[in-house]
Formats: sequence, C-alpha cells, structure tokens
Amino acid sequence: MSVHATSPQFKANAHEALGDAQLQDALSHVRSGFVVNRAASAALLPEFEALRDSARDIKNHTLAHLDLYLEAFEEKVKAAGGHVHFARDVDEANAIVIDICKRHAAKSVTKGKSMISEEMGLNHVLEANGIKAVETDLGEYIIQLRNETPSHIIAPAVHLTQAQVEADFRRVHQDLPQTRDLTEPTSLLSEARAILREKFLAADIGITGANFLVAETGTSIIVTNEGNGDLTQTLPKVHIALASIEKLVPTLEDVAQLLRVLARSATGQDMSVYTTLSTGPRRPDDVDGPEEYHVVILDNGRSSMLGGDFQDMLRCIRCGACMNHCPVYQAVGGHAYGWVYPGPMGAVLTPTLIGVDKAGHLPNASTFCGRCESVCPVRIPLPKLMRFWRDRAFTRHLMPAPQRLGLAFWGAFAKRPWLYRLATSFAMPMLAFLSRGKGRFTSLPLAKGWTATRDFPAPQGATFQAQWKQRRAA
Amino acid sequence: MTDAPSAPETRPQRPRVGLLVTCLVDLFRPSVGFAAVKLLESAGCTVEVPSQTCCGQPAYNSGDRASAKVLALQMVEAFEACDYVVAPSGSCAGMASKHYPELFADDPNLAGRVNAFAAKTYELVSFLTDVMGLERVAAQFPRAVTYHDSCSGLRELGIAAQPRKLLESVAGLRLQEMSESDICCGFGGTFALKYGEISTAIVDRKTENVRAAGAPVLLAGDLGCLMNMAGRLSRQGSDVEVRHIAEILADMTDGPPIGAPVPRPAA
Repeated sequence: MSVHATSPQFKANAHEALGDAQLQDALSHVRSGFVVNRAASAALLPEFEALRDSARDIKNHTLAHLDLYLEAFEEKVKAAGGHVHFARDVDEANAIVIDICKRHAAKSVTKGKSMISEEMGLNHVLEANGIKAVETDLGEYIIQLRNETPSHIIAPAVHLTQAQVEADFRRVHQDLPQTRDLTEPTSLLSEARAILREKFLAADIGITGANFLVAETGTSIIVTNEGNGDLTQTLPKVHIALASIEKLVPTLEDVAQLLRVLARSATGQDMSVYTTLSTGPRRPDDVDGPEEYHVVILDNGRSSMLGGDFQDMLRCIRCGACMNHCPVYQAVGGHAYGWVYPGPMGAVLTPTLIGVDKAGHLPNASTFCGRCESVCPVRIPLPKLMRFWRDRAFTRHLMPAPQRLGLAFWGAFAKRPWLYRLATSFAMPMLAFLSRGKGRFTSLPLAKGWTATRDFPAPQGATFQAQWKQRRAA
Repeated sequence: MTDAPSAPETRPQRPRVGLLVTCLVDLFRPSVGFAAVKLLESAGCTVEVPSQTCCGQPAYNSGDRASAKVLALQMVEAFEACDYVVAPSGSCAGMASKHYPELFADDPNLAGRVNAFAAKTYELVSFLTDVMGLERVAAQFPRAVTYHDSCSGLRELGIAAQPRKLLESVAGLRLQEMSESDICCGFGGTFALKYGEISTAIVDRKTENVRAAGAPVLLAGDLGCLMNMAGRLSRQGSDVEVRHIAEILADMTDGPPIGAPVPRPAA
C-alpha cells in the first residue's frame, strides 16, 4: 500500500494553498525562523563550507561502495544480536513490520518521526491490522490528530498556527479542563507530553526512523529535539528502525562530521538536543532497552538511481534546508507537492518513487533560483537534477501541448537567424505600435498566466540588431 | 584542427568584445544594448554585434536539450572571432559559461570549442569591473535606487559586489538596499507563465520589499526579472521606476522606464 499522490493536481493544490490565510501565516515562520537561524549558525563556524565538502565526499564514497556497506552493516547488526530486513518496496516493508507486530501480538505501537514510515503509509497498514499507532513527535502527534500528512520533512506541522493546534487539543483532549491556558507553544508541548507518557509505557513495539546507519558498528542513529524517539525505542520490548538504503555511512567518525552540518542546516542548532545511538537489543547488563532490535532497510526504487543521473540525490541527509529556502515552498507549503517529500528535494526524489508522469509538475515548479543548492549541506545540485527530470518529461512527451507548441514556435525562429531577423523586424515595431504609447499590455491572449496579475512591458520599437545594423550602415 | 581562441591569458590592449545582446534586450529593450555598447567602448573595448538569436535557455530548462544544443552552437560560431563575449544578463551569461559546457560534456568533437566560448563569456557589469578593471563610471543619477540581485548572476556567477561598487560611483545616486534582495523575484523564465499564480505570490513579496526600501527606482541586471517586477509593480499601481542597471551606469536614462508610457511630445 502506497500513499495516494495528489502531485498531478499540483496547480490546484497550490491555488488552494495561496488562498489559505492560516497556512500563509504559518509559512511566514519558515522564512523568518529556519532561514535566519541557519545563516547565523553557519556564519559562526569558519569551517562550515569545508564541512559541506567533507559531508558530500563522505556520502559520495558511501554510495560508490553501497553494496559493501549494506552488507557490513547487516553483519554488525547480527553480531550485536539484532535483525536486518531488506525490503524491495513499501509492500515488502509493511509486511515485515506487520509480521513482527503479529509475532508479538502487538496492540499498540509508539512511533518516532520517520519519513520512510510516511512513504510506506505504515499507520494505515497498522490500523488495518488492528494495531493502534501513536505518533510521539509533537508535530507528528498534531497531524495525526488532524488525520493529515507532514508538510515538511523535519517540521511536519509547520503548516499550522498555534491557534489551530490549540483548537485541536481542546477538541481531542476532552477530559482536560476547558479553562486551561494553551496560548504558549510550551503549554501545548507539556500537554502532549503528559498524554504521550502513558502511551510510551503501554506500547508493545516502538518504531523509529534513522538518520544514519553506521556500517562500522551496526548502529542506527536518531536525532531529535524532544526525546520522544528515545522513549519510543527504549521502553517497548521491540524496537523497529525504518531506514532507506541511502542512510548508510561508513564510520562513527563520518557521522560526527555529518552531524556538524545536519542540525545547523536544518534548524540552525549546533546539535539537535538528542543524538541517540542504538546497537542491537538490550545486553544482559544494560539497565534498559528493547529485547528485540530490527532494522528495515527500504529500497523502493532508490537503487535504480545509483550510477545514473540522479545518484547525487542519494546524498540527502533530510535536513530540510532546501525547502526552507525555496521561494516556491515558502509560497505554497509542503502539501501542495502532493506526496511525501516536498520542496526541491521532493521535486527530485518524488518522480523516482512515483513516476515522472505523476510528479512532472514538481521538477517544473521551480524558478531555478539556485538557493536550495546554495544551502544544501551535501551540495546536491538540485536544479540540475530537476532539469534532468524535465529532460525526461520532454522526451516522453509529457509536456502540456500549449507549452510544447510555444517552445517549438520560438525554436523555429531562434534556430533560423534570417527568419528571426525578418519576423522580429516587423513584429516588434508592430507590438510597440499596438501598445499605443502606454509602454505595456494589460492583457495578451497567449500569455494569460502572466497578464492575469501583471502588466507585460511593451517593446520599445525596432530591435536592437535592426537599429545596430542601421547605425553601422550610416 | 586549430584551437578556437579562448579567453586571452593577458587582456589585449583593446579587446574585441562580442555583445551577446540577449533576445529579451534585442526585442523589448534595445536601449539596454546601446547602454552596454557605450559602457564597453568607454572601458576601452571594440564592440561587435554578431547576428544572433537566443542562447537556448528556454529550451534547455524545458528539457529540450537537442534544441538547446543547436542554439548553443549557433552562438559559439557567431562569436568565434571575439576575444570576449559579454551579455547584459547574468542569466544568459550563466547559460553560456556554466551550462553550455554541460550540454557538450559528452561530445569530444565540440567540447573544446564550446568550453573556449564559455571561458570567454561574461556578464556585463562583472566584465567591466573584473576584466576591464573599471573602478567608476562617468554618470549621474541624483536619486535613491534599490538593487535586486538576479539569481543566476548572483549564485552561478557570484555577482553581488560589482554592481554595487559601480552604482556607488554614480554621482548623486544613493543605494537603499531592500531586505531579501538576494531572493528570487518569481520570474524563472517560462515558470512565470506556467505557474503564474505562484510566480505572482513570489513577486508580491519582492514588490513589498521594494516598497519597504523606500527608493523610487528599482534596478537589476536581468531584463526578465525586471519585466516581471515592473509588470507587477505597474499592475499594483506603484510609481516605482524600473530600469536595467546598464542604463544608469551608462548615463542613458532619457527614455521611459520599463513598462512606463512614452511621454507625449510637447505640443
């Protein structure tokens, strides 16, 4: 079971998002918070740019030898008493998780934040199997209450305002006094914490994501700010970590380097509050920890990116900086993208995972301003990769007809300089004449996308080349 | 086979500069082309204008690499004899200098010529400062202006200090920076047409920043962005004047700003 994609309706989604006042209010915090904080923390670290190079190199090296590192990781996990499951697609991954849950007759599952779980549509699958899943990351908890999906890969509820969350808490937490004060984000957090505490203790199984899988030690690592991930993976008897193949890194030393760019790029923190390493199940002399430790490693089409045009995308460490800095994401938010991964990284990854026929809008809906690439901690050339998708969409004739015709029309002149000169020497003075001295057009039949909201500046008159030729002849 | 001329190691005394006028300037605002010619000649260059059309960026960014290659080769051939190629646009200069080599990376027969072309291609303002060593211009403009950093020029070519340096040398001009001057205006080539609504939301944020800066004149180095911002500003009823930076630097501001009416001759 995969998550339903509304990416083909990107334009309609965006239209709705632009008219949603609450969403627009919530999105203003992305610009002011994440962006400013990242810049400040990067500026404080003189070696930040060098660290980005190093982070890129670590991931490139890993991807070049990914098969070896995957095998090494599996061996180390086994040696520590854990289990590794490789899943070709989301159906296999879901089946693996359900199987583990059934073996333990699990009724209740707590979850740390995991985008792979979103990709798998795991909560629905658990529910269909009679298992109650409780999201424990505050943002995930909120959107679970609202039956929504994350709109951001690290801040899932960033599309909501404080007032919306307060209303949800009052609606759902009926047994708490209605007079309580929930106007501060911290009071919302405390309330969620108190409620989640019981769930942690009652859970049969804890499911988390993984920021890194360390081949050297067989360790899965999560990075969080709330500590919910730690309770999720240490309290229940069974811990399942969900990860995709590109989460591998060779050594703990490499992780230390990547951590230095991860939180700075994501939230502007030097480090996230909790960085938790899990290696195998609880050992006899451990005071806590799960009795069983599983890692599910999902491919879902990613291995097809190895060795091809899109391999660079597999360097992604899911910091969210690309979307935080993207003018399009900032304008429409994450849900408009219509599938699990929004923003520039989603615009590259989503077509791989659900097909460019469905996700074709995503790599096209970019101004190629390059800000994403300029902040990416592992220097993924995101605009270049989006352009590769545009190439494929063009080759497969997926471009809408008006656009294709427009491009062909322009090309017919641009490829024939004599025709271009001839046509423009008539057309531009004619257009200038038609603008009747106003200097602009308020509507143009073939450019409604522009003139609906903007005037179109009129040409001055004869083309530069025509005037230049005349001047030289004189 | 002879090697195509590449950017000279040492700059010739009077370099032959081919003006890559850009299709937008050619068609919509030739005055920017003449401003560029004036600036280049004043800086000691001989300017030529080979017959040209479009650099191919719309095709390249739409996924039509085959057409982009045809147009790229057309440009490369047209400018073969020039010491330098200079464009009054960071976007087109970036296309030629950064993306042409990518288009021909797997074509050993043409890569050499294309790379030589790429290496001698510059954006106008940065060419004047970085190659010609221009420190100041002989222009006056006794008004406050604000400057938008167009994305390709800024992030592909690193153009940020150069235009500000030359603007500061314009007599009477005051540069009043807007906040987020380095954030996209929402143009993005065909993006502005394909996703007009999102493009408008982005340019609205830009015009808000322009207004907040309080300068009556908005400048940038790329006509696409300028047409987008001017078009939105005039639709909003703003009286901010929008011009290409070359017009100010060349002291050629007699004509109306972008999208503004042509003044009626006095009766």
